[in-house]
Amino acid sequence: MRTQRVAEAPAGISETAGQGIRIGHLLKMRETGLILIIALLFLVMSFASPYFLTWDNMRAMAMAFAVEGIVVVGMTVLLISGGIDLSVGSVTALAMVIAGLLFLSGVDPWLASAAAIAASAAIGAAMGFFVTKVGLHHFIVSLAVMVIARGFCLLGTGGRPIGLFTLPPEFKFIGQGAVAGIPVVIIIFVVFVAVSDFVLRRTTAFRKVFYTGSNEKAAAYSGIRTKKVVFLTTTLCSALCGVAGVIYMARFGSAQPTFGVGMELNVIAAAVIGGASLKGGSGTILGAILGTILLSVVSSSLALLNVSVYWQDIIRGSILLTAVTADLYFNKRRG
Amino acid sequence: MDKPVLLKVSNLAKSFGPVRALRDAQFELRAGEIHALAGENGAGKSTLMNIIDGILQPDSGEICLDGRPVVIGSPLEAQRMGIGFVHQEIALCPDVSVAENIFMSVTNSSRSLLMNYRALERRADAIIRRLGDIDPATMVRDLSISQQQLVEIAKALTLDCRILIFDEPTAALTEREADRLFVIIRSLAAEGIGIIYISHRMAEIFQNCDRVTVMRDGRYVRTLDVAETTPEEVVASMVGRVLDSLYPDKLTDDERSSEVVLAVENLSEASAFHDVSFELRKGEILGIGGLIGAGRSEIVKGICRLEGQVTGQVSLHGRPLRLKTYADSIAAGIVYLSEDRKGDGLFLDLSVAANVSALAVERVGTRFGLVSERRERGQAEELGRKLALKCGNVSDPVSTLSGGNQQKVAIAKMLSVGPKVIILDEPTRGVDVGAKAEIHRILRELARSGVGILVISSELPELIGLCDRVLVVREGRIAGEVTGDRMTEENIMVLASLADEQERAA
Repeated sequence: MRTQRVAEAPAGISETAGQGIRIGHLLKMRETGLILIIALLFLVMSFASPYFLTWDNMRAMAMAFAVEGIVVVGMTVLLISGGIDLSVGSVTALAMVIAGLLFLSGVDPWLASAAAIAASAAIGAAMGFFVTKVGLHHFIVSLAVMVIARGFCLLGTGGRPIGLFTLPPEFKFIGQGAVAGIPVVIIIFVVFVAVSDFVLRRTTAFRKVFYTGSNEKAAAYSGIRTKKVVFLTTTLCSALCGVAGVIYMARFGSAQPTFGVGMELNVIAAAVIGGASLKGGSGTILGAILGTILLSVVSSSLALLNVSVYWQDIIRGSILLTAVTADLYFNKRRG
Repeated sequence: MDKPVLLKVSNLAKSFGPVRALRDAQFELRAGEIHALAGENGAGKSTLMNIIDGILQPDSGEICLDGRPVVIGSPLEAQRMGIGFVHQEIALCPDVSVAENIFMSVTNSSRSLLMNYRALERRADAIIRRLGDIDPATMVRDLSISQQQLVEIAKALTLDCRILIFDEPTAALTEREADRLFVIIRSLAAEGIGIIYISHRMAEIFQNCDRVTVMRDGRYVRTLDVAETTPEEVVASMVGRVLDSLYPDKLTDDERSSEVVLAVENLSEASAFHDVSFELRKGEILGIGGLIGAGRSEIVKGICRLEGQVTGQVSLHGRPLRLKTYADSIAAGIVYLSEDRKGDGLFLDLSVAANVSALAVERVGTRFGLVSERRERGQAEELGRKLALKCGNVSDPVSTLSGGNQQKVAIAKMLSVGPKVIILDEPTRGVDVGAKAEIHRILRELARSGVGILVISSELPELIGLCDRVLVVREGRIAGEVTGDRMTEENIMVLASLADEQERAA
């Protein structure tokens, strides 16, 4: 360090604090609790339903949350920076529709996908503009975009799903293929989550996202260009919706204009259950993905137990409320 | 005096954590008098008034109303007892009409189901006309600051008060508005209402008040009849605080250097300050004094481009700088420590280590743009040792530390970029005596090592004890400079407030 010759003072930092605190810290972590709850669910369900612990069911459950997990990553980063995006479901559907229509008009499917992702990113950039330059709130801007994007989906397709039967097999492979028995979607999901968890926790660039969300003014007083940070996280979230939309298209072999209605609630709930705060400044990818898995396991468990689908929403909402209340309680006790 | 005593406060004490805001406060208010409360920044005036208004509860002491001891549990109770408070900060609802704002508390306690807007406006009109030309149907957001201040005063007038507290009400008013206000205050006093008037401005006190009570360091100093004293005597009682900590040695004459670290020329900002020029020399600690609101913080924020549309030249070690953003300023080596540690200085939820590296995360990063946990911890631990930071682990959130240690984290954050100039705004506010002395020692050693140190403080003893030279700011301009033997509390206070009065009176 090139700092100054300040006289050595007795060290106040305890060197021995290490181990004990680390383990205690691990126990307090949100992720640990979520893993325990998910494990408990697995245990109970494996007795309750003989079908639960089968390869087919595991695969089906994983497929159910894998693509949405990509959107959860984008939402988590955005929440950490202090924003929120209600348009994720609509933008995902719009990306699917854009790529589908371009493909039908003769564009190469890979190129069409790239264009759809770019269009999604542009939507995010537009939202970022309204938030950081015009000064509107994320909630309002993304609410408007949620409706507008859905409108474009319906306008472009006439409200009907577009069948894409001529999609080349190597493109469909992304959504439907498997390597060594493991679906490609799941491989993409695992790799993406691992990489983004690392990137978010470790890179200097994403550290600025935490600074901005934790205390925007202090971040600005640290020379961080907070508006740029928020603009970029908003764009990133929409771009990842585009990626998810393209993968969905490959998986379904069609573009569905009404896909993803209500997805935003699921995605925000997962991130919040996983420890992201709507106030910004906190959250992890691992936690958010565990939140996604928990919600998904609960849904499929309820289905296996023949619980009415109407009950499922009630239970999901209750889980969200419980998780957030528990967090508030524990945080208060710690503070 | 034969008028009855309305309010008597004795032996009041109040602490905030380690900071003792009031030690032995006394105050006496008679019916029909205008009683000024004077004292420098941090003397405890606001704390005392907040206790009288029920916002704060005293740790010990007694408040008597009409000779009977009372407990004032909340502002609402204070209101019921007939105590009204016109706050310095404006607390109005911007999207609601003037009339509704004036009668907010009446509406709140009203039993009728529907609002009678016409009657409300009629009654508001009668009150506000006494103060100024404001239409009661206007939205508060459309009023100027001084008009809003008048609405705030009108609000207090609607309450059936026997005691009315004004906290520097003229700070945002024009001369004419202020004159009008005094006419009203005098007529209120003539009705038998006791007025407590907090002000820094000697001319106001001497033109309008009957008695003045001086506070210093949270203690009662004396109460004087205005007719029998002079502004000089009041100022002399306000200053002369006891040094409550030992200060490090100042520069000796041999150590003084003519080498200029930071030169500021003709720095101006449209609304905040004008033509500010000064030099910060190598090895010295330069202080900036002045009353709160004089533009001290705005000037230093202008230097490092945190705020405002600034014109003028800033040079570092003789090289003119072209700064556009605060990031440029950090890159050039000029950093600013905020006066509002919790609001905009620190990330309370984040770890000590993450806070220390916030100014330049890249410095603890690897070639691939990753944060090196080892380097980040190492940096925080090393700077922590230098600053004698007491914390369990640098991965603990900053919110778990004491005020003094939080401030050391904020200073470590500044040091992490190896700055050439450090600007500190109220560096020891809310910090206990021990940590305060340590921070002073650290600043002196930084200055000796060649870092330029600029300190803003509202505490005169701190400015005098710590700095080699003090610039005094008044109304957005540098009113003067004191150094050596001339560096006394009295001289600083005179530059900060008294000269102002003579100009006004002239």
